[in-house]
Amino acid sequence: MIYFDNSATTLPYKEVVDTFAKVSIDYFGNPSSLHPIGKASEQLMEQARKRVAALLNVNASEIVFTSGGTEGNNLAIKGAAYQHRSRGNHIITTGIEHSSSYEVCKHLEKEGFLVTYLIPDKNGCVSASDVRKALTDKTILVSVIHVNNELGSIQPVEEIGSLLAEYPKVLFHVDHVQGVTKVPINFQRANIDLCTISAHKFHGLPGNGVVIVRDNVKLVSLFSGGNQQAGYRAGTENVAGIVAMTKALRITLDEAEKGTDHLQQMSHWLEEELMKIDGVIINSPAERAPHILNFSIPGLKPEVVVQALAERDVYVSTKSACSSKKNAPSRILVAAGFEEKQANSAIRLSFSFSNTKEEASVFLEKLKEVVATMKKVVKIK
Amino acid sequence: MKYDHILIRYAELSLKGKNRKQFEQKLERNIREVLKGFEAIKVKRSFGRMFVKLNGEEETAVCQKLQTVFGIHSLSPSIKIALSEKEISEGALWAAEDALPSGRGTFKVSVRRTNKDFPIGSQEMNKVIGGHILRNMNEISVDVHNPDVELKVEIRSEAAYISSKVLKGAGGLPVGTSGKVLLMLSGGIDSPVAGYLALKRGVTLEAIHFHSPPFTNERAKQKVEDLVKVLTQFGGTIKLHIVPFTDVQTLIHKQVPDNYEMTVTRRFMLRIAEKIAKVHHAKAIVNGESLGQVASQTLDSMYTINSVTNLPVLRPLITMDKLEVIEQARKIGTYDISILPYEDCCTIFLPAESKTKPDKDKAERYESFLNLEEIIDDAVNRTTSHEFTPSADEESEINELF
Repeated sequence: MIYFDNSATTLPYKEVVDTFAKVSIDYFGNPSSLHPIGKASEQLMEQARKRVAALLNVNASEIVFTSGGTEGNNLAIKGAAYQHRSRGNHIITTGIEHSSSYEVCKHLEKEGFLVTYLIPDKNGCVSASDVRKALTDKTILVSVIHVNNELGSIQPVEEIGSLLAEYPKVLFHVDHVQGVTKVPINFQRANIDLCTISAHKFHGLPGNGVVIVRDNVKLVSLFSGGNQQAGYRAGTENVAGIVAMTKALRITLDEAEKGTDHLQQMSHWLEEELMKIDGVIINSPAERAPHILNFSIPGLKPEVVVQALAERDVYVSTKSACSSKKNAPSRILVAAGFEEKQANSAIRLSFSFSNTKEEASVFLEKLKEVVATMKKVVKIK
Repeated sequence: MKYDHILIRYAELSLKGKNRKQFEQKLERNIREVLKGFEAIKVKRSFGRMFVKLNGEEETAVCQKLQTVFGIHSLSPSIKIALSEKEISEGALWAAEDALPSGRGTFKVSVRRTNKDFPIGSQEMNKVIGGHILRNMNEISVDVHNPDVELKVEIRSEAAYISSKVLKGAGGLPVGTSGKVLLMLSGGIDSPVAGYLALKRGVTLEAIHFHSPPFTNERAKQKVEDLVKVLTQFGGTIKLHIVPFTDVQTLIHKQVPDNYEMTVTRRFMLRIAEKIAKVHHAKAIVNGESLGQVASQTLDSMYTINSVTNLPVLRPLITMDKLEVIEQARKIGTYDISILPYEDCCTIFLPAESKTKPDKDKAERYESFLNLEEIIDDAVNRTTSHEFTPSADEESEINELF
């Protein structure tokens, strides 16, 4: 099997699953229970909180455990918007957000918020000066995806953050789901108030994530109920998932330095090889995250390519898994200004540190086969 | 240029006469201990001062750690300069520019020349350095009374040290120079602060906690352990003695009238603490009492409770207001732990009314129905002790999960 769909989800590490199983059985207590079994779970979870905080270089009090990226983006954006409604109703985001941010903004528009969607350049990037131009005295939140999940383009969050340092009333949220462990951010330097990550993108299990809520930031919570997680998220914590996520984060970060170098080389080699194939256009910018490479074969339906490759035990995707069942051109690529034909036929490769160059060669071979077979049937204009 | 040293000034140590060396050695050991995490640093003692050579370690992080060490009066990030007039002037200019990044403000130069072989006198050097700075920085002027920046230049035998800022140290005496005390640690706001203040006077600290399962929760014990861990930041290794107190409290509850229960309970605690102190060679007991704060802390109460022991009972908070204690607890980082809402052994059997003016003779009469020796010995024998260190490793089983 060649699995190049790691931006959709990653294979959990065996050690991570072992930890999940052990914690599920040995520490099954509800961390809010008063008895020793509850206390043991609580202690373990607080250990995890400290360790995650140390790995991300923030304070333990700033970690809110969630169910993943979608909840994280919802909590950060809605929570900030509702909290500061009296201050203003303007939000700035980009046209290339993941749907879990994009749809939240669309929803807020219905509730009377004004949203500016910044238009990225050809490289799929917005700039700090775009943000500056969009700022008004009603702006309460800027929300930006760090690494775009389809193109791999990297937004200049540090520049945007240092710009926003001059606007202390504007909160800065970064969707770091694709970036974490691949493209590091210095949270302090980037002046980030809110940041979302998700465990299953770094070999943890789906259903776990973190929102970093900096100590001086307040949010309205999404759920009413218990007072767990400093009131930000009612509901019994998924201790096993949390501990497993912590382990996954540690292991992945241990591998990150070597792993990102390796992926960068592989990705650029693949890019060159793909360009040699007739009809292939690279969509990702040259400066991109090391684990994402997006290309199009205009004229060929990408779903068909994905299926044909899957028959050959090679797994890739079209766009974001969250929106790939919709039969429409990629919203991200359209927003980034790609022509419809190109946006209609995009294929995304996304790697993990354990993918190899040999796998990449096999993928190329299979892709050539598929393209050749399909060309016999479909006429490509 | 870059700060390459931290210069450390001692507090009262210089007053210690013949014992001074011993105090300095202890302080040096404590500094080494607190800086263990910084592998490259070197600590050096030179008459009347100590120097931490940074060797590339982060200056502010090292300073932060040093500011928790008792016995240090103040510290200054410094640059070490060869003994030449020209180089000293250059170094001083750099330090002035570093302290006044805008290039504006007032300064003064204070040269201290312990090295009398250096050919230029202190007064003369003041002028040389001041002149050099005035020539090279435009919007700067001298103010000898109230300067924005005081450039301290120490000309010593091996080199000159220049610093432009002075950070306040924790003061007090180096932990481990004043003998051992036993702190009665309840888990509330006061007792950890009392422990901190005792440490400030240089004692070695051990702590005692009375645990009454099932009336007090495991979490209450955890809370006390967490408080001890915070105190280790200031006091190095601290031993915690946990006394199983349920049986004692149950017996008292049965035998003693409600309004004397609290007084008698405290007398038992003190007796047990005294025994533990003897076993571990502690020469005093420390507690968090403040005069008049609660019923057990009136003078009459203290008199009645205190009369069961001849050991000195030190009360560092005796004159403090609650708000002052809270402020101190916040500063040292124990407040947030202390306010966690778990029952402790002082609240569970709390009667509706406690005597604010208990009578010593009456307390003794009620106790005469109890087998004191046996009860106390049993509690002492079942006491468990656990040592906490500043860098305590977590349990290995938990570690494996991560």
